[in-house]
Amino acid sequence: MGEQIKIRAQIKGDMTDIRILMQHPMETGQRKDDKGQTLAMHFIQTFTVSHNGKTMIEGQLNTSVSKNPLFAFKARGIKVGDKISVSWQDSAGDKRQDEIVVS
Amino acid sequence: MFELRRKLLKGGSVAALLSPLLGTGLLVPTSVLAADWNRPAFGTRNIGDALKAYGNANTASESPDIVISAPEIAENGAKVEIEITSNIENTRSLAIFADKNPMPLSAILEFSGPALPYARVQLKLAETTRVRAVVKTLDGKTHVAFREIKVTLGGCGG
Repeated sequence: MGEQIKIRAQIKGDMTDIRILMQHPMETGQRKDDKGQTLAMHFIQTFTVSHNGKTMIEGQLNTSVSKNPLFAFKARGIKVGDKISVSWQDSAGDKRQDEIVVS
Repeated sequence: MFELRRKLLKGGSVAALLSPLLGTGLLVPTSVLAADWNRPAFGTRNIGDALKAYGNANTASESPDIVISAPEIAENGAKVEIEITSNIENTRSLAIFADKNPMPLSAILEFSGPALPYARVQLKLAETTRVRAVVKTLDGKTHVAFREIKVTLGGCGG
């Protein structure tokens, strides 16, 4: 179970800025620890952003996305009270889903 | 009842028996709804192969309607923020490649409904590289834009 996904939606007129912080090590499989042991590859592979239960963004990521990545997206016509949820699945099969109500 | 259950389990074909229901929408596993990870494209180790594996992105036409903003010089390659806007009508997806990364394809984003073809992402860049944004449209056309980013300290290894 991963750490909480932080979601922020800010309505500016017709447009909404959506910021999503996924807390994840995003290990490339190329780094070594203090003892010279290679750290296993471990990264978010897919994520989905939904608006009131309907998918609006589907993402696929590689190890080359930074650790604890912050994403920003834009959408049109989102209203106060709408629900935005984000879920991800990583290379180890771990999953996390969080939801906010737009205020 | 138990007899039937035993038979089903014995046959080891529960999945096979249920599979005709999948198409009806009665039983839709959520894992099927989520986008599958494009292993062939993400696993390629040079930009030429990555573009081909992603679906003939090597023949994309360069477009001024894709705007990439990124720092000219990134001091730390571990976190480089890149902002991409597609002003191309009917943009369906956006893929981001870093030519000189060990695995050039970094991300694929698909937009639908209220989402606009815009994204700000944070990438690791191994060294000074050209970053390219490949846009696919609903009618199957492919467009590309480039941006050179100088990296002072690489962000992939130790």
